[in-house]
Amino acid sequence: MRRSFFCPSCGARVEFMWSSSVQTTCEYCHSILVRRDVDLTLVGKVSDLPPDVSPIQIGTEGRIKNQNFTVAGRIIYEYDGGAWNEWHLILSDGNSAWLSDAQAQYAVTVERAITPLPDQAEVYPGKRYKWDSVIYEATAITHANYRGVQGELPFEYWDKERATFVDLRAPSGGFATLDYSDEVPKLYVGDILDFDLLQMTNLRTFEGWS
Amino acid sequence: MSASIPPLPPQAPARTPQTGAPPVRTVFCQNCGGSVKINFVGRTVNVVCGSCGSILDAADPNVRVLQGAQDAIGKDTPVIPLGTRGKWRGQLYEAIGYQKRSITVEGQIYSWAEYVLFNPYRGYRYLTEYDGHWNDATPVTGLPELLGTRAVYLGRSHKHFQTATAVTRFVLGEFPWQVRVGDRAGVKDYVSPPYVLSQESVEGEITWTLGEYVLGSDVWRAFNLPGKAPAPVGVYLNQPSPSGASWKEVWLAFVMLVMAVGIVFFLDEALAGKDKVVDTTYRYTGPAASGDSSFVTPVFELKGRTSDVEIRTETDASNQWIFLNYALINNDTGQAYDLGREVSYYSGYDSDGSWSEGSKNDSALVPSVPSGRYYLRVEPEGDASLGPIRYTVIVSRDVPPWSLFLAAFGLLLVPPILMSWRTFSFERRRWAESDHPMVKTSSDDDD
Repeated sequence: MRRSFFCPSCGARVEFMWSSSVQTTCEYCHSILVRRDVDLTLVGKVSDLPPDVSPIQIGTEGRIKNQNFTVAGRIIYEYDGGAWNEWHLILSDGNSAWLSDAQAQYAVTVERAITPLPDQAEVYPGKRYKWDSVIYEATAITHANYRGVQGELPFEYWDKERATFVDLRAPSGGFATLDYSDEVPKLYVGDILDFDLLQMTNLRTFEGWS
Repeated sequence: MSASIPPLPPQAPARTPQTGAPPVRTVFCQNCGGSVKINFVGRTVNVVCGSCGSILDAADPNVRVLQGAQDAIGKDTPVIPLGTRGKWRGQLYEAIGYQKRSITVEGQIYSWAEYVLFNPYRGYRYLTEYDGHWNDATPVTGLPELLGTRAVYLGRSHKHFQTATAVTRFVLGEFPWQVRVGDRAGVKDYVSPPYVLSQESVEGEITWTLGEYVLGSDVWRAFNLPGKAPAPVGVYLNQPSPSGASWKEVWLAFVMLVMAVGIVFFLDEALAGKDKVVDTTYRYTGPAASGDSSFVTPVFELKGRTSDVEIRTETDASNQWIFLNYALINNDTGQAYDLGREVSYYSGYDSDGSWSEGSKNDSALVPSVPSGRYYLRVEPEGDASLGPIRYTVIVSRDVPPWSLFLAAFGLLLVPPILMSWRTFSFERRRWAESDHPMVKTSSDDDD
């Protein structure tokens, strides 16, 4: 199901590797391209990305809960604790998941459509919520800056500024994020996982750190 | 690139692994002009100038000074030099940051060292050191549950040890978070040796780390440090007890051993011959006119292996006493086993009610008597003024020595008591430094 286009900005060939992807970036000129009809629309451009020390890259493969995944794209954020990536994973069943690498801790989450979700103003660290009969406690509220995108994403996402995230943890070991970067909050639930558990291949290699 | 000329589609960067060292940057300290290397650009948030100790913003292109020079630069040196790599817990890590923090308890300042270890794949972990005691700490991914004075995490219960305010005194190297000298954090430690769960709260944000007690010698080996690791001083909050096994395990072993010994004795009794060779009742009416009241029993045979002989005396003494001189004599060799037994029993009433003293019966064991033909010589002596005393002499062979069982019980009791005492005194020393000392000293009275 690969579809090839030409970048409306520079003419480079742009491929959508995944049929579920809505947005991608031109690897050559870093234009942000959105697939709305049959053609690509140029919606913006990614400025220079911050230095990247994540071992994950587009094309990295791994395993999560008996499914294989491939990294298709990412959203990059910055906050006063540094930069982090939300890597867009395509699972072997075709669904999307997200792998965040903040502080070199790896959390894999999937979007969970639960309504209503709490307003940002009412959340504070220590507050507890129960979703899918799991108790979560808000542990950190992060005000981040959207820094850029790369590769394929399952929705249109560009031209953001501030984004607020609430991290929640469950006594049973679960992890969740409330994403307030859009008008309607989104909930992602999953786990923080050990690097080795993800069995990732096609990682970036660091000299002297093989 | 012109849009009118269809360009050759530029070759998109291939999706092959990128390689290269993590981006390194060398900047100049705006405070002293010294050059500062940032080894993990992008991850490192703050970096400390090695010359003047100013804390710099590693994320800022201009590497702005966040906090000025530190006095302790050059005086406080980390024992793991920053930049040292070592294989720690099976993975390569580099020591990238160092900080000294302290708490103040009853006017006394306790300070410890913290090392930030980094691996670009596996992330951060920390080594802490206090008076030669080391801990390997990792971020807690789940949420410990607080239940009273305990914190439960992954099914393990940790007991509250101390609540204090940790103050950052000195920093060096690279940090993945904002760090300043003078930073204050509320710290609560919960221990379950060899683990310590530590909660830190800064401005409402709560983070947990899990520390595991490790040996300084392991740190020395992993990072190839010169010399030997200094011996730890005192007892640390999550130091495992040196007796190894917990007191519960020791006492469980004790109960098992006592049961095993009990079974052996029970079987011994079941198998014991308990051969009654004499069972005769006599009357003592007073000293014999001849002056010699002794007599002998008929000859009897003691069979089997060399073993015990029980001489049992059962009397009807009431406010009387009788003394029996026994001699167990081998009829063939003349070898004699002498023993004297006193049996006395007194009872009555007084202002406190009824009382009694002594016993009507007595039992004595003659150990290690070889088989053979024997007789018993008996010489009674007593007080028959209140009437005659009836007494029965019972001689039996191979009686299970219950006193030995008691001795075994007592001997078995020694190790668990010693170990429990050692464990107890170790725990007392551990908790003496906590908010919950086992023995209260006068200075703790205000708790």
